[in-house]
Amino acid sequence: MEIKKPTIKGIPYEEWKNNDYLEDMVRQLNENGTNVVVGCLDDLINWGRSNSLWPLTFATSCCGIEFMAVGAARYDFARFGFEVTRASPRQADMIMVAGTITHKMAPVLKRLYDQMADPKYVVAVGGCAICGGPFKKSYHVLQGVDKILPVDVYIPGCPPRPEALLYGMMQLQRKVKLEKFFGGVNRKQDKE
Amino acid sequence: MITIEPEKIHKALADLRSEGYDFLRSLTGMDWGEEGLGVVYHLGKTTTGENTVVKTATLNREHPELPSVCDLWKAAEFNEREVYDYFGIRFIGHPDMRRLYLREDWVGHPFRKDYDESLNPLRMTNEEPDDVTHHYEELPDGSVIKKREVIFDQDEYIINIGPQHPATHGVLRFRVSLEGEIIKKLDVHCGYIHRGIEKMCESLTYPQTLALTDRLDYLAAHHNRHALCMCIEKALGLEVSERVQYIRTIMDELQRIDSHLLFFSCLCMDLGALTAFFYGFRDREKILDIFEATTGGRLIQNYNTIGGVQADIAPDFVKKVKEFIAWLRPTLKEYHEVFTGNIIAHGRLDGVGVLSREDAISFGATGGTGRASGWACDVRKRHPYAMYSKVDFKEIIRTEGDCFARYMVRMDEIVESMNIIEQLIDNIPEGSFQEKTKAIIKLPEGSWYSAVEGSRGEFGVYLESRGDKYPYRLKFRSTGLPLVSIMDTVCRGAKIADLIAIGGTVDYVVPDIDR
Ligand code: SF4
Repeated sequence: MEIKKPTIKGIPYEEWKNNDYLEDMVRQLNENGTNVVVGCLDDLINWGRSNSLWPLTFATSCCGIEFMAVGAARYDFARFGFEVTRASPRQADMIMVAGTITHKMAPVLKRLYDQMADPKYVVAVGGCAICGGPFKKSYHVLQGVDKILPVDVYIPGCPPRPEALLYGMMQLQRKVKLEKFFGGVNRKQDKE
Repeated sequence: MITIEPEKIHKALADLRSEGYDFLRSLTGMDWGEEGLGVVYHLGKTTTGENTVVKTATLNREHPELPSVCDLWKAAEFNEREVYDYFGIRFIGHPDMRRLYLREDWVGHPFRKDYDESLNPLRMTNEEPDDVTHHYEELPDGSVIKKREVIFDQDEYIINIGPQHPATHGVLRFRVSLEGEIIKKLDVHCGYIHRGIEKMCESLTYPQTLALTDRLDYLAAHHNRHALCMCIEKALGLEVSERVQYIRTIMDELQRIDSHLLFFSCLCMDLGALTAFFYGFRDREKILDIFEATTGGRLIQNYNTIGGVQADIAPDFVKKVKEFIAWLRPTLKEYHEVFTGNIIAHGRLDGVGVLSREDAISFGATGGTGRASGWACDVRKRHPYAMYSKVDFKEIIRTEGDCFARYMVRMDEIVESMNIIEQLIDNIPEGSFQEKTKAIIKLPEGSWYSAVEGSRGEFGVYLESRGDKYPYRLKFRSTGLPLVSIMDTVCRGAKIADLIAIGGTVDYVVPDIDR
């Protein structure tokens, strides 16, 4: 059975950036081949999973306020299935690292991530979470969360606009759609 | 500025205290290199508004020691811990000499000019909870001994709240000792978002330092930057045009409304009123639209500059602001119908977490929190800046000091802010929005302090320059640090559920506490 390109309803496929690495993953999956029954089940499960990603309520600073704004009236991420923010990592599917991560916070963040149940996703929101941002030279700021966690999607900005946050979250949905739920999780691109 | 030797400093400060200097505005640690390590005290009288500045320094770099002034002003408690953390100065007589921001296993003190960064790689081990602390005591013969102090007993029932908790509004951590549901003691842990902004500023040029102020208290981005610009302009002797003063004042007030709307939303959400959260955010977006049209940013705006503002106001700015005010006035009534009159809200807020006026002054808890306790602490009235001496507005003061008073002060301040804007918006004078400055800005030698009324209290900037294009030391008087230092006092005897209501109404922003 063939695995299709990940699409989001209402947005033309060509308008997405970074299609190539997803297509790479599709190619790999297709090369390995999928059983029709299992493949259909996978599709169904992924459809459900990608439309009900529950984020952890986690915000350390400025970007967190934009994250709240995305949850509130005007931008409303409930439209895409993100509205169930969980205060406990054990019930969350994804963690939006919104804000600066300092040296003192880093072990706490790692622990939060470890407490989440698999499959779990990390989105780095804002310059700080991506690389330290404006605090690159600080003695107490972690230079990017990818030093301690595997990051799925990066959303640049300081802070990113709500539209950018939504775009990033949809990119994550597309990624989730490409997972094999049965028989191993394919989340990582193979090394070239 | 008066300089006093360390041996006499406590006596001198005690004298000032009895003269009526009851408000410790700011306490700044300093490393003057050759001249030693020391502290600058900014004192104020709440009665007359007089100010004075005192400094002291010790030459001993190995074991710098100074007397603590905790017994005179409670505000010193957290500030001296901060100085210990940054500079390693031990305060004799301080009851709890732990680090405030950094981990206990941190090596060295980062704000010293000879600090070696390579000693502190990222540590991924979990922190040990600390149940004991220590203090330093001076014996009659002059020697200093270290004494153990217990924070929490072995058999106390302790609950940990934060750093990841939706109701702490950021990454703040409390350890609370409970007896049944009653809070016996509360220990605040800060530093989970300590970004070292002040230290970074020491290697940035003056225009560059401006960028970081927006990120301190992002709900008072305009105020913070206004304070720093004012301080630098004061040092340069630069007068900004009347147009700029008008724009800055209007922007400050819009920002205040924005912050108070967010306060309303978050408080209501914390207490379980989710609808109100959506109301507040919906209306806040309208302010953000106005900001965005002029400044280009929603949250972080980078608008004020040295000698002016970044860009002229958008062509439809005046119209938009008026529309917004016309919209908000009736909407506020709706807020009051939805939440303020609600019996559950009253049950959660009335008589909870009372802060007395004396405590508010002693801790230096300014802003809405201080005014709810009957302390007229508004910088806009005490030391008017920008257009505030020319507009007519009421300083909202209540005397109850409980959560409901703190809530109502902020709600009423929204109305006052609208009144201020209405007085200004039609008469913005013509003129340039940016004075000419040199390409490279160097300040003369000296030190300056200026303060503005931020969204949650007095935001001050203390700047010391040695004639370079970089500041020698830049200290921000955080609005949040005094607010979080009152938590132990206010929460004792309250129920654990009240902690959320108290934290919500005190309204701190954590990156502003940790800086
Ligand atoms: S990226 Fe910018 S807005 Fe986001 S947390 Fe960092 S400083 Fe704040």
